[in-house]
Amino acid sequence: MTSAARQLYLFYREGFRSMVIGRTLWKIIIIKLFILFAVLKFFFFPNYLKENFSTDRDRAGHVLENLTVSPPSR
Amino acid sequence: MGDQILTTVDWARAQFALTAMYHWIFVPLTLGLSFLIAFFESIYVKTGNVEWKKLTKFWMTLFGVNFAIGIATGIILEFQFGTNWSNYSWMVGDIFGAPLAIEGIFAFFLEATFFAVMFFGWHRVSKGFHLFSTWMVAVGSNLSAVWILVANGWMQSPAGMSFNPDKARFEMQNFWDVALSPVAIHKFTHTTSSAFLLASLFVVGVSALFLLQARHQKMAKRSMVVAAVFGFVASIFCAFTGDEAAFNVAHRQPMKLAAMEGLYVGQEKAPLIAVGAINAGKRPGDDQPAFHQAVKIPGLLSLLANRDPNSFVPGIDDLVFGNAGQNVVGAEQRMITGRTAISALASYKEAKGRGDVAAATSALAIFDQNKGDLGYGYLSSAVQAVPPVAITFYSFHIMVVLGTLFPLIFLLVIYFAFRGTLESQRWLNLACFASIFLGYVAQQAGWVVAEVGRQPWAIQGLLPVGVASTNIAVSNVQTTFYIFLTLFTALLVAEIRIMVKQIKTGPEA
Repeated sequence: MTSAARQLYLFYREGFRSMVIGRTLWKIIIIKLFILFAVLKFFFFPNYLKENFSTDRDRAGHVLENLTVSPPSR
Repeated sequence: MGDQILTTVDWARAQFALTAMYHWIFVPLTLGLSFLIAFFESIYVKTGNVEWKKLTKFWMTLFGVNFAIGIATGIILEFQFGTNWSNYSWMVGDIFGAPLAIEGIFAFFLEATFFAVMFFGWHRVSKGFHLFSTWMVAVGSNLSAVWILVANGWMQSPAGMSFNPDKARFEMQNFWDVALSPVAIHKFTHTTSSAFLLASLFVVGVSALFLLQARHQKMAKRSMVVAAVFGFVASIFCAFTGDEAAFNVAHRQPMKLAAMEGLYVGQEKAPLIAVGAINAGKRPGDDQPAFHQAVKIPGLLSLLANRDPNSFVPGIDDLVFGNAGQNVVGAEQRMITGRTAISALASYKEAKGRGDVAAATSALAIFDQNKGDLGYGYLSSAVQAVPPVAITFYSFHIMVVLGTLFPLIFLLVIYFAFRGTLESQRWLNLACFASIFLGYVAQQAGWVVAEVGRQPWAIQGLLPVGVASTNIAVSNVQTTFYIFLTLFTALLVAEIRIMVKQIKTGPEA
């Protein structure tokens, strides 16, 4: 490891080690990111157009269909 | 089918509103507090007085708590675009996809670098570089809000684009027209200045609590003076940008302005409502009074809207049914134009499909002539072009009243601080503490005006929310709504608990 990279590594390592309230906050951040990306994004928030259409041409066609056949009540 | 879709749209809107409102609890404090910390540290570096360093570190801790709890809450909005608002997301992807991604990467690296120096570097880098890092965090945090606010401004007043009927997308024609549209500029300046105001209220309020408890008084008074001066300047700037924003609303979203003021019948020398109790039973075109009671300031709405106190300001009825005498085209007429545009778009698609170039060209020409009112073609009644008037009216007036109160509080803090009697002004310190909550109320009210007031549009005049959304099961959106409600409430409770603990501990932490 070069000197600069080692200094950078030590800077972050010492910083994380010296955290007090930061430890709690990092735990919250990690739990939150897990819930957001591993649970919500994965199970509840698929990208509708990517999931249901394989090409941009098909996606455009679907949106255009919605724009032209949508009933006025929408 | 229609009811089902409407219900899904309503839940999707509620979910977006919920997440955006929670997100906006965390963001403005980050934007404003970052600058206040930079001011505090600048004073420390200039004077060398370690009390200012201690003070800086205390507020930095609260900044860190807020930042950590709020981090990635905005990502959820992005999830919703792809799932609940797929038509909208597709249609604007060309304009906002790349800039938002670049901004996200830029913000990540800026924050990863300078946040680390700001929090970890007190004894490891020079004073000057640490201060530079703190300023970079402040500038970077605020810059990372630029493009999302430009996007919001574009939705309120689309500019610099054209619609490509083959790709069903709005495509950017002029980057600068998008980035520097007057609505985008005022959206950014008004939003960030209001965030500075909120953060100032937070610092003043927490410091006032210290004075009420007779704890850390020297630190509290120093913090209050800096925050009150910053807050006062931000308040004035916020009022100025708010006035400019309202002027833009008058010309680009006149229906929103009419709802903000509960103005049903347009008039010359239109008054501004100082205080009013709106008649919730009033409907466009009926003979009921708009208000049960109202105190009006003659001519002020005309002045606000057109810079001329004698000018005509269109009301909701004019904008729904039209007013030929004042050259106001109503939603009824626009619906006809919009339906012509939709019909031409359908004809274009059909002609392209069968390879009839002449018919496609002809249909496209008709579409181009009428596309400015495309969104109105999806409305089933002209009255659908009217946003919820009572919510818009009350939110606007709550924001304005509080926005007028805050600079007075800052002025009083500055006055008593220079008289040296701040700690003995119990009533003022109580008011300062209460103003933290009021600051958040004003923030939320401002966004309610901006977003509820522009209904039914996802993109002003071009795309109503019903067409922007995805046809998915309502139960999907309901489920995630309640998940978000639980998650965000838990995060807010966590933030408040950690904040309170840190405030109780004080600057010695």
